[in-house]
Amino acid sequence: MLTVLLILIPLVAGLITFGLKGSGPKALGLIASLASLAVTLGALFQFRTAPASLQFSASWIPQLGAQFSVGLDGMGLMLCLLTAISFLLIFIVIFNRDYERANSFYGLMLLSQAGLVGVFTAYDALLFYVFWELALIPVYFLCSLWGGEKRIPVTFKFFVYTFAGSLLMLIGLIYIYLQTPEHSFSYASFTGGNVAPQDQSWLFWLFFVAFAIKMPVFPFHTWQPDTYEQSPTPVTMVLSGIMVKMGLFGVIRWLLPVLPKGAYMWSDVAIVLSIIGIIYASCIAIVQSDIKRLIAYSSIAHIGLMSAAIFTNNEQSLQGLMVQMFNHGINIIGLWIIVEIIQNRLKIKNLNEMGGIAQYAPGIAIFFVTISFANVALPLTNGFVGEFLMFSGLFQYNVWFMAVAGLGVILGAVYTLNMVQKVIFGQSNALTETTTDLKGNELLVLSIIVVIILALGVYPKPMLELVSSTTELVNKVY
Amino acid sequence: MNALISTALSGVVMMFAGLFVTNKQRIKYIAIFVLLVCLAANLAELSTIGAGERTFYGMITVSHFSILFNAIALSATLILFMLSGSAFENVGEHVSDYFALIFFILSGITLASTFSSLLMLFLAIEIISIPQYILAGADKKTPKSSEASLKYFLMGSFSTGILLMGITLIYGATGTFNVADLGLGAGKVNTLALCGIILLAFALSFKVSAVPFHFWTPDVYDGSPTVFTSFMATVVKAGGFIAFIRIFHGAFIGERITADWQLLLAIITAATLIIGNFTAVFQQSVKRMLAYSSIAQAGFMLMAVVSINTHATQGIILYAAAYSIATIGIFAVMIKLKDYTFDGFNGLARTQPVLAVTTAIFVCSLAGIPLTAGFFAKYFVLTAVVEQGNLLWLAIVGVICAAISAYYYFRVIIAMYFKQGEAETAPISGGFKTMLIITAAIVILLGVFPGLLLQFI
Repeated sequence: MLTVLLILIPLVAGLITFGLKGSGPKALGLIASLASLAVTLGALFQFRTAPASLQFSASWIPQLGAQFSVGLDGMGLMLCLLTAISFLLIFIVIFNRDYERANSFYGLMLLSQAGLVGVFTAYDALLFYVFWELALIPVYFLCSLWGGEKRIPVTFKFFVYTFAGSLLMLIGLIYIYLQTPEHSFSYASFTGGNVAPQDQSWLFWLFFVAFAIKMPVFPFHTWQPDTYEQSPTPVTMVLSGIMVKMGLFGVIRWLLPVLPKGAYMWSDVAIVLSIIGIIYASCIAIVQSDIKRLIAYSSIAHIGLMSAAIFTNNEQSLQGLMVQMFNHGINIIGLWIIVEIIQNRLKIKNLNEMGGIAQYAPGIAIFFVTISFANVALPLTNGFVGEFLMFSGLFQYNVWFMAVAGLGVILGAVYTLNMVQKVIFGQSNALTETTTDLKGNELLVLSIIVVIILALGVYPKPMLELVSSTTELVNKVY
Repeated sequence: MNALISTALSGVVMMFAGLFVTNKQRIKYIAIFVLLVCLAANLAELSTIGAGERTFYGMITVSHFSILFNAIALSATLILFMLSGSAFENVGEHVSDYFALIFFILSGITLASTFSSLLMLFLAIEIISIPQYILAGADKKTPKSSEASLKYFLMGSFSTGILLMGITLIYGATGTFNVADLGLGAGKVNTLALCGIILLAFALSFKVSAVPFHFWTPDVYDGSPTVFTSFMATVVKAGGFIAFIRIFHGAFIGERITADWQLLLAIITAATLIIGNFTAVFQQSVKRMLAYSSIAQAGFMLMAVVSINTHATQGIILYAAAYSIATIGIFAVMIKLKDYTFDGFNGLARTQPVLAVTTAIFVCSLAGIPLTAGFFAKYFVLTAVVEQGNLLWLAIVGVICAAISAYYYFRVIIAMYFKQGEAETAPISGGFKTMLIITAAIVILLGVFPGLLLQFI
């Protein structure tokens, strides 16, 4: 029942928020995200004692054999935790910002949370597809209504891209559905090994393209930098922190176990595409002067490593991937919060116009440097654990792949440190001298993020244990 | 049978109502009442046929499927009357006659869903077509309306001729009009019958505006009074599809004969999808865009005709309902607007939020976004095609076209929500808003629980 509650809280709160006025939406958004986090922690506790009680199933469309079947395993729980923490942090950071039509803004944010949690908990293929699309619609409206100047064409491109990808996946889902002996969408039927190997070969691409667009993997990434740049920053946090995880999650839950032979056949191609993405995005990130675009490309590079790790077919890289999914979400949201704070103070995005912020806002500088270190995976930060495991897994798979992907770490250090240097060090100018330091709520949020970064960097064991059940399961079927 | 009799009688009642009732508002209420009676009569027949079906004089066969389809057609018309009934007054003087013609078309549609003889099929198609020629030209003051009527009439008569030719050839090959006795599936394929089947496929393709028989559609839909376009593009088109699927799935299935027309129809379907969607992208007027979108949607419904399985039958029912309701809703909103171009929708979200939200839901349904009826409609026809096995390429063409369709459907949402402007509307009554909200609720309800409709098949 807790699982259903996890979807219902943001859904109901979101619908109510549309009707509220004044500061009501803000308050309800905060309350709903706190409640979600509390329920997630409750589920975490229950997962240790009675994991079966987190499964819930009800009849939905009996004519199709589709059920409203939701549940949580280690990976789902980890991603729900990430979602709950992220939304809470986002709502705290934007608490003293005033958005036009705040009721719609908060309502749509909460609806997108409901969609995301739905994706991470669905154990029925059709339900998964429905949530997969539903998570997209509120984000589409959020970007188009509150985004930058070029928001309408950019967001539209994003929408059509992902919509086309998911429709291809729908064909794949239908095909597999028709192969199941009892015509059912349940997870058990899908993973039952009913798909012939020669079919798996082409079905793989129908699924992979949909997931690759969402992640995004080269060459399906072209929507991403524009969308990240044009979206309002809170929405960019949702997009880059959580929504890209939908793609990775999709591969682990719905591609590897359902089409193991297809994944095996094409794993080299998928890894090569991912590694091209790492190098390509890193190189572009180095020459970016727009801070939002720089972080967007850095995100493509990080996701590239994760998607390469998925297909290496060993437990180590899978574990690293799971941990990194959580940590990347935390780190990238931390970076976006810094960007949001700088933009709030200075109203600029161009790196060359910034500089010397450290002298006037030491708080921002300290947090920015710490989170950036986590982003380049410095040891003792959370980023290190995941990347180390993934590289070691990639090394076992193919040394050359690992060597090329490893270049990404060096390039990552180049662009991240370059960014840090341009923003907070160097010469200050008339504009940056006006920077004011962190306010209470910003300080709170960034402290939470840094605590998570350091805690998971020093002691990652709880996170590894949480996801161990899933990694073992995936490894067995694959 | 009840539906056929009651709708035909209702047409007569409406004609006489014009003599005795001069208040146009009252005529609308009479029409709604009479339609409710027809709906009740149609559903009452469920109890008489029991679990099976019932044949009348070897000409008409009533089954659960046909009663369900009639109920959908009548309900969609009811929604049209409730939403846009007042717009009938703006077309011309003879309001009661327009209602009467619509009831006659409905009787044709009920015949299309129940015929069991080729003669009845011909009658059904003719009863559907002839009142439409008059409705298309109802607005005598505008030349475009008369042009639409003439074009429709000329093209329609040719296609009727082709239909008749096809029926004649099939009769020549088999010696019977009775659909159940045609026996074309068994044994060797008769060349004469095959020619007949192909002529029949062409004639019916014309009626449902499939490519390359679609050239009349944009002009006729654009020129006709908008409220009648709304009816012709939805309920009538669904009626055409029911005739199509019943004759092709009922009589032309067999080991060898299916293959002879299936590929041909699959190519027609792909052409309809591609040309309908690509042309709709370039339209500037929402009304014309909807005309091309109706061609594109016809492509999806043709997928159900091409594939022979239960998913196809379920799909056509769901598609007919989803597409009709959503399109009638959009047309109802459009009738209230001063400007039919995309720019005419600019800023509607600010001036009329209820209209904007409901239109957004209808548009999402047409684009096939989950949790709207349109998603499951598309889902079922796609499943039907994939299940067919050898037509997977058609499913891929279908989803690519569905992605393209999102482009022009979402232009309406972009105009309403993201563009600046003051969309001008006619005065909107509270009843109209309530009715729109109910219609949108039906769209979402069918999108969450399609089983509500499917359990009756």
